[in-house]
Amino acid sequence: MNATPILEVRDLRKRYSGVTAVDGVSFSIPEGVCFGLLGPNGAGKTTTVEIMEGIVDPTSGAVEYLGAPRDHRFREQIGIQFQSTALQDYLTVAETLRLFLGLYRRTADLDEVVTTCALQELMDRDNRKLSGGQRQRLLLAVALLNDPRVLFLDEPTTGLDPQSRRNFWQLVRKVKKQRKTIVLTTHYMEEAYRLCDEIVIMDRGTIIAQGPPSDLLAEHFDDTVLQIPAEDFSIPPEHFPFNVLHHDGNVEISVKDVDAAIRRLIDCGVSLRHLEIRARTLDDLFLELTGKELRT
Amino acid sequence: MIRRFLAIFRARNIEFVRDRSSVIWNLAVPVLLVLAMAWIFSEEARPVFKVGVVAPERELDSETHPFFSTRHIQFITVADETLAIRKVTRHQLDMLLDPTGKRAYWVNTDSPKGYILEKMLLGSGGTPLSRAPVSGEPVRYIDWLLPGILGMNMMFSCFFGVGFIVVRYRKTGFLKRLNATPLRAVEFLSAQIASRLLITVTSMSLVFAGMSTLLDIRMEGSYLLLFVVAALGAISMIALALVVISRVNSEELASGLLNFLGWPMMLLSGVWFSMEGSNQVLQAASQILPLTHILEAARAIMIDGSGWAHVASNLIVLSAMGVICLIAGAYLFQWRSEA
Repeated sequence: MNATPILEVRDLRKRYSGVTAVDGVSFSIPEGVCFGLLGPNGAGKTTTVEIMEGIVDPTSGAVEYLGAPRDHRFREQIGIQFQSTALQDYLTVAETLRLFLGLYRRTADLDEVVTTCALQELMDRDNRKLSGGQRQRLLLAVALLNDPRVLFLDEPTTGLDPQSRRNFWQLVRKVKKQRKTIVLTTHYMEEAYRLCDEIVIMDRGTIIAQGPPSDLLAEHFDDTVLQIPAEDFSIPPEHFPFNVLHHDGNVEISVKDVDAAIRRLIDCGVSLRHLEIRARTLDDLFLELTGKELRT
Repeated sequence: MIRRFLAIFRARNIEFVRDRSSVIWNLAVPVLLVLAMAWIFSEEARPVFKVGVVAPERELDSETHPFFSTRHIQFITVADETLAIRKVTRHQLDMLLDPTGKRAYWVNTDSPKGYILEKMLLGSGGTPLSRAPVSGEPVRYIDWLLPGILGMNMMFSCFFGVGFIVVRYRKTGFLKRLNATPLRAVEFLSAQIASRLLITVTSMSLVFAGMSTLLDIRMEGSYLLLFVVAALGAISMIALALVVISRVNSEELASGLLNFLGWPMMLLSGVWFSMEGSNQVLQAASQILPLTHILEAARAIMIDGSGWAHVASNLIVLSAMGVICLIAGAYLFQWRSEA
C-alpha cells in the first residue's frame, strides 16, 4: 500500500448563505480502503464528498490527490455515483453505458463491468423501466466505466429494499477486491460497518469520531446490550444492579458480564422469550457521542 | 375526487407562484409584446403606394418635385438603383424616381398601382421626368412568405429543442452527472448544437422540398448557398438559446425567456411582412437579430437569385453571432442547478 494517502482533506469549510455545511473537516484516505462518511441527513457528508469530487468548490481548505492538488486528470481517474442521478431519456442500458464510455480516455472492459454489475439481462431495457436496484447497478456500472482509481458512492442504497441493498453490498465487495479506493457516504450504520475499513462520523459539519469501525466501538464500549420488551421487564431498579435504558418500547440493559445479567433476570422471574443480545453498533456510538439518534 | 383535484390544483398553483422568475416572465412577456406591437403599428393609416426615390431623404420635398407632396404615398430613399429597378419589376416597389440625377422614373407596365401612380405623377406638374418602362410578374406572397415561415419554424425548433432539453438536464441532475466526467462545457454545447443542427437542417430541407414541389416555389439562386444560410442561421440561433438558458433551472422561466426572444424576432425580422419603410429604430434593431439575416439572405437567394457576394454580410453576421454566443454560452454555462 502506498504511504502517500490517495486523498487528503485539510481543514475543509463550506458556507452557503449563512449556513455552514462543512466546518473544518480534515482526514486522509489510504489507497485501497473503503472509507466511509457516516452521519445523519444534513451532517455535511454529501457536501464534503462533492468537494472531494471537485463538483463543489470549498469556501476554504484543500483536497489533495496523491499528495498534490487535483488537476484535469483527476476526473479521468475517479468514478462517481451520486445520491440521485437522472439519465438521458429513451436510451437503453447499453446505450447509456456507451454514452459514458465515450467520455473517458481510459476505459474498463465493458463486458467485465456489465458482468460485475449483473446487467447482462438488462442491456436492451429502457433506462426508465429499471427498478430501483437495477438502476443503482447501472449507475455503479457507469461509475466504473473508466476503471477508476477512486470510486465515490454517495448514499448508494438509500431508498432500496433490504434485499436490493444487500445485493448492492455484494457488488461493492466485488469492487473492493479489485483494490480500488472507495469513498462511501451513508446514513445506514450497518452499511458502513459491513463495508468500510475506516470511517469518519460527522454531525453538523464536523467530525465527531474517526477510525476503523471496530476500533471506534472498542474504544467507546466494553459492554453488551440485552434487549427485552418493556412489558416483560417489571423489576424495580433498586433490585437490578445494571445500567437500564428505556428505548422504543424496549428495555436495553448494558452489561459487561452477560452470564451474570441473565442469571439475575431469571432469578427475578423475567421472561427471556423475547430477549435479544447484541453487540454495540455505530448507532449506539452516535447516540453516545451526540446524545441523539443517528437516523434523524 | 374533488378533494384530490383541489389538492393537486393548489399544489401546482403554489409551485407556480413561488417560482417568482416564471411569474414575472408570464406577466412581462404579454405586456411587452402588446407594447411592442402597439409601437410597430402606431403609424396612422398605412400608405397605399410605395415609391422608391434615388435621392437623399432631405430632398424628398415639394421643392424638388411637387409629386412628393402627394398624400398616401410612402416615399422610400434607395441607395442601389439596380436593386430598386428589380423591385419595381417584381411589384415590390410601385414606382422608382430619380428626380435630380437621371431625371427619370421607372414604372412596371404590368402593375395596376404603377399605372395609377404614373397618372398622378404626370398630373402633379413640376419638371418633366423621362419614362423608363419595365415589366415583370409580381413575386407571389407565398414565394416571399415561405422563407419566413421556414425561418420562424427553425427559430422555435432551435430555441425550444435545445433550450428546454438543457434546462431539463440541469433540473434533473443529468448535467451534474456529466460534470463529474472529463466532459467540458464547450464540448457538451458543441454536441448539442451539432445534434440540433442536423435535426433542424434535415427537417427544413424535407419541408422545403415538399413545399417547393407542391406550391411551385420560386428558386432563382443556389441551393448550396441557401443550405449554408440555413446551417449558419440554425447554429447562431441554437447558440443564442444556449446563452439565454445558460443558468436557468426552471422550464417555465426558460419558456418565458425563449418566447421573449422569439416573438419580437418573429415580428421584427420580417416573417409576415416586410420591415421596409417602417420605423428606422425598428429597422436598426432588426439588424441585431439572426432571423433578419437568415430571411434577408434566403429571400435574396430564392427570389432575386443573389450569389455569395450579395449575401456575404449576412453570412458574416450569422457566423459571428454563432461564435460569440457559443463562447458566451460556454463561459456562462452552469452544470448544477444550485451552484
